Amino acid sequence: MKIKTFLLLGLAAALSGAAFAKDIQLLNVSYDPTRELYVDYNAAFAKYWQGKTGDKVTVKQSHGGSGKQARAVIDGLAADVVTLALAADVDALYDVGKLIPQDWQKRLASNSAPYTSTIVFLVRKGNPAKIKDWDDLVRPGVSVITPNPKTSGGARWNYLAAWGFALKKYGSDAKAQEFVGKLFKNVPVLDSGARGATTTFVQREIGDVAISWENEAYLAVKEFGADKLEIVVPSLSILAEPTVSVVDKVVKKKGTEAAAKAYLDYLYSDEGQEIAARNFYRPRNEAIAAKHAANFAKVELITIDAVFGGWTKAQKTHFADGGIFDQITTK
Amino acid sequence: MAGNVSTLAHVAKHRQRRSLQDPQWLRVALIGLALLFVAIFLVVPLVAVFTEALRKGVGPYFAAVADPDARAAIRLTLLAAGIAVPLNLVFGLAASWAVAKFEFRGKALLIALIELPFAVSPVISGLVYVLLFGAQGWFGPYLGAGDHPWLGAWANAHDIQVIFAVPGIVLATVFVTFPFVARELIPLMQAQGKEEELAAITLGASGWQTFRRVTLPNVKWGLFYGVVLCNARAMGEFGAVSVVSGHIRGETNTIPLHVEILYNEFNIQAAFAVASLLTLLAFITLALKNLVEWRHRRTLEAAAAADIRQFVNSP
Repeated sequence: MKIKTFLLLGLAAALSGAAFAKDIQLLNVSYDPTRELYVDYNAAFAKYWQGKTGDKVTVKQSHGGSGKQARAVIDGLAADVVTLALAADVDALYDVGKLIPQDWQKRLASNSAPYTSTIVFLVRKGNPAKIKDWDDLVRPGVSVITPNPKTSGGARWNYLAAWGFALKKYGSDAKAQEFVGKLFKNVPVLDSGARGATTTFVQREIGDVAISWENEAYLAVKEFGADKLEIVVPSLSILAEPTVSVVDKVVKKKGTEAAAKAYLDYLYSDEGQEIAARNFYRPRNEAIAAKHAANFAKVELITIDAVFGGWTKAQKTHFADGGIFDQITTK
Repeated sequence: MAGNVSTLAHVAKHRQRRSLQDPQWLRVALIGLALLFVAIFLVVPLVAVFTEALRKGVGPYFAAVADPDARAAIRLTLLAAGIAVPLNLVFGLAASWAVAKFEFRGKALLIALIELPFAVSPVISGLVYVLLFGAQGWFGPYLGAGDHPWLGAWANAHDIQVIFAVPGIVLATVFVTFPFVARELIPLMQAQGKEEELAAITLGASGWQTFRRVTLPNVKWGLFYGVVLCNARAMGEFGAVSVVSGHIRGETNTIPLHVEILYNEFNIQAAFAVASLLTLLAFITLALKNLVEWRHRRTLEAAAAADIRQFVNSP
C-alpha cells in the first residue's frame, strides 16, 4: 500500500515536471570587475529565456581574481560558464582539467570575447602626481597600485600594456624588462584581484595612480564621484579581450547545455551589447559602440597576438613560474 | 608619649603602604596607557562598525541584513556552526576524558594532534581539503566531477560535491574549531584529578554512571565555556572557509565571506551592517562567558563554604 502511494506520487511528480516549465540554475564563474555587469545581464537573460522557452533560469555568480577563479573551476567548482579576464585562464581549463575542448576560443565570434576593454590610469582629483603617460609611473617616488599578475587577469593586461609601451618607445625587450621592473618597484601593495586593487586605491587611499581596467576605472568614478577621481588615458594601451566559454564537462553532467550556450550567445545580441556598453565595456557591435563613443577614449591599442604572439606564449614567457615577472620581482 | 607612639605607628604604616605601591605618577601613567590601548584597539573599532552600519539609517540597515544573499549567508553560517559545534562537543569531551583520566601510550601525540588546528594557518587547512577533495585531488576522481568509471558516475548521479559546496564549508569549520572544547576541558579535568571517579567506582558505579554523575557535573561550566568559544570561531571563520567556498552568492557564502563581497562591491554600509551581526555575536559570547565564570565562582564558593561548615560542625 505504502509503496503504491509512493510510486503514484513519484509518477505525479515526474509528470508535473514534464508538463510545467523547468527551473534551471546556472553558475557563472567570473573575474573581479564584472560584478555589476552580470547583475544587469543575468536579469535581462532570465527574462529573454523565459519568454523564449518558458523555463525559469537563475544565474548564480562567483567573482574573484581571474587566475584564482580558473583554478577553482579546475579544482571542481561546478561552473556552467566561465567569463574570465583573458584567454590564458580559460586555456587552463583545457590544459589541466580537460574540461573544455582545445579549440574553445573558435566556438564563439570575435575570439570568444563578446566585449573588450583596455587599460587606463585612475588618479586622484586634479592629478596631483601629474601622471600623463606610462613614463610617469616609473618616476622615483610615484606610488603605483596594480594587482598581482599571478592571480589577476587585469594585472597581466596592465603588465603587458606597460611592456608594449616600453618596447615601442625604447625598441628592445631588454629595455622593456628594465622599464617594467622599475614600474613594479613602485608598487607598494599587490592585491590578488582588480577589485581589491581598486578598493586599496580608492578607499584606503594608498598610491598616486592605479593601473586599471577602463570599465573598472569608470565604475570607480561613478561610485565615488568625479570630485574625487579622474581617468587618465595613456598614449598607448592594449586591447584587452575578456573571454567566455561554456564548461562542457559540467553542463553535460548537469544537463544545462542549451541554457548555458544561449547565455553566452545572448551576450552578442543587441541587448547584451547595450548592457555591456552601459557597464563601460567596449561592445563588439559597431552601431552600439558608436552610440556610446563618448565613453570610450580613442587610443592606440596594441594586441596580444601582434606584440606577444598570443596568450599561450605570453603566459609562458612572462607569468609562468620562473618567467620574467618572477625574475623582476625577486631581484 | 602615647601621641608619639601613634604617630610612629602611623608613619610606619604609611611607609609600608608606599613601599608596597608604585609612585603615583607611574600608576597613573600605566593605567592611562592601558586604557588608551583598550580604547584604540577595542572600543574605537566597535563604535566604527555600528556607526558605519547605521550611517544611512535603520531602514537600509535592515534591508542589508534581510537581503536574500545575506539571509542565505546567515543560514549557511548557522548550519556550519550547528554541525561543527555538537561534533566538537562530543569529540572534545571524549578526548579530554581519555587524556585526563587514563594513562596510555601516545597520549602526548594525541594532545599534539588535537592542538594542530591552532598551529596551522586556516588557509592551509582550507587548501588541504582542496588537495584531498578537489577535482584534481586524491579523492577527486570518486566525487562529483570525477572520472572514476563507476564511483565517479555514482557521485555524479547523486550530485556529491565536497569542496565548493556546503560539505566542504562544514569540514573546514569542524577542522578549525576542533581544539576549542578539548583544550578547555583537559587542564580542568587534570586539575580535578581522579579521586572522585575512583570513589564512585569503589561504591559500585558503572563507567557510564561515573561519567554522567561525577565527571560531567564537575566540568559542565568549563564545557559550556568551550562550546561558546567554539561557536564564536565557527561563525567567524574566514580563511579556511574562503578557500573551499567558491564564493557562489546565495549558496556557499558564509557571513564573513558575504561581508567581504559587499565591501568589494563598494557597498560599505551593507558590509558593516552584516558585520555588525558578527559583532553582536561577539557581545553575546562575552556575556555568556562572564555569566559562566560568575556561576562557576559561585559554585566553588558555595562548595568551599560547605566544607568549612562541615569542618566547624564536626566534633
